Amino acid sequence: MRRWWLALCVVASVGAASDTRRSGFEFMTPETQAIQRDDAQNPAMLWVQEGAAAWERKAGTAARACIDCHGAAPTSMKGVATRYPAFDAATRRPITLGQRINACVVDRQHAAALVPESQELLALESFVAMQSRGLPIAPPEDPRLAPFRERGEKLYRQRIGQLDLSCAQCHDERAGGRLAGATIPQAHPTGYPIYRLEWQGLGSLQRRLRGCISGVRAEPFSYGAVELTELELYLARRATGMKIETPAVRP
Amino acid sequence: MSVTRRTLLSAGAAIGTLLVVRPSYAEAGDLPSAIKAFTNGAPVQRGRVKLDIAPLVENGNTVPITVHVTSPMSATDHVLAITVLNEKNPQRDVITCRLGPRSGRADISARIRLATSQQLVAIAQMSDGSFWSDTVDVIVTLAACIETP
Amino acid sequence: MARALITMPKTAKRGEIVEIRTLIAHPMETGYRAGDDGQLVPRDLIRRFSCRYDGELVFSAELFPAVAANPYITFCTLATASGTLQFSWEGDRGFSQTENVVLTVT
Repeated sequence: MRRWWLALCVVASVGAASDTRRSGFEFMTPETQAIQRDDAQNPAMLWVQEGAAAWERKAGTAARACIDCHGAAPTSMKGVATRYPAFDAATRRPITLGQRINACVVDRQHAAALVPESQELLALESFVAMQSRGLPIAPPEDPRLAPFRERGEKLYRQRIGQLDLSCAQCHDERAGGRLAGATIPQAHPTGYPIYRLEWQGLGSLQRRLRGCISGVRAEPFSYGAVELTELELYLARRATGMKIETPAVRP
Repeated sequence: MSVTRRTLLSAGAAIGTLLVVRPSYAEAGDLPSAIKAFTNGAPVQRGRVKLDIAPLVENGNTVPITVHVTSPMSATDHVLAITVLNEKNPQRDVITCRLGPRSGRADISARIRLATSQQLVAIAQMSDGSFWSDTVDVIVTLAACIETP
Repeated sequence: MARALITMPKTAKRGEIVEIRTLIAHPMETGYRAGDDGQLVPRDLIRRFSCRYDGELVFSAELFPAVAANPYITFCTLATASGTLQFSWEGDRGFSQTENVVLTVT
């Protein structure tokens, strides 16, 4: 029943009239929305600024800056974030945008890999993803991604943790309802990396997923675990057509 | 050194330490005392000050506020300072701004933290020595989940 | 050096009121929070923010732990003459940062 509904949503998203999908933005108070809308106020722009500087900074033994190969980011990186997670031929598994950036740091700049969820990597990720702001999420139709996405969907529907809850139970069945004082959003990854008020900092989708998983009292997967990427892959398909808002602000 | 003197000295040192690290005027204590400390006991009138804050806050970590004070901001009649005080955070002070005739307009905004639902007060000190204020009650909802970082 | 973002017009007419919006990266650690080990994380705050217009102090603020992380402060100033606005943030552990913005007044 749910699959039909989701398929209908994906198909209807182009027509938009019957698309019931809503970004987490729409579940926030007007005050928090105002922070996201204004680049002068959005704390995430501090990381974007850092990423913009890193884009032009030579690094590694190759003494190469991102700009040396990719040129100006607004041109070369436009649309890139809409297509991630993508299939990585080298590792034969899906790869997130952050992981892809890190692969470049290692393979092209010959620099030490940036630590997952580090401020440096988040700065680059937010800067790159912001170049796709306003563009629709468009996961690649790569058949090699299919088995990973299916596992991601399976995990999305699986009840886990001491609270024995699945993502679907809150975010499909009870979106718009309340969990304590907080409104439950639909869980679309439209704005990552986000400045989350609860973190008082910037974080990736993987951090948010780990937060939710530990929230239901399950052991969270490590950063970079293939399970998290599979979940991201499914969430991207589920959000196909929705506009990217990076860098978003969330409560 | 006798036991009595040693004890007395260490007690004296302890008392001295207590005096030295006595909290600043608005850190501990209740809101009325903090207000009184800011105005040095001068009376505070309601009005001329508008404290804008959402009545319902979805996350107490980052709460936008705006304070607007009605004043010509001229050389002879202007706002000298605006302070925001809270009721239930670990300490009463939030932010104190110093303005003057070069401000043009007595409008400030900031983002603050609120530990729980409580009262907030904004007080403006005028160049003529008067104090004006606005008080708002805010409800703060807490995050639903406790997550491991 | 912490990232800072200042948003204000680059030009203004004499006598016009200019709105200035400032944002700076800083954790504003309150000193009231316990870390993962159960110990209190030491206080680390920006204590003072000031704006000097051609050397004259036109605005200052004293910040306390209740100011949110990555402090955002906005205020107004009168455009008097073309000059440099110097923004300074000072705080614990020797934190000190200055940003300059030129304002052209016609």
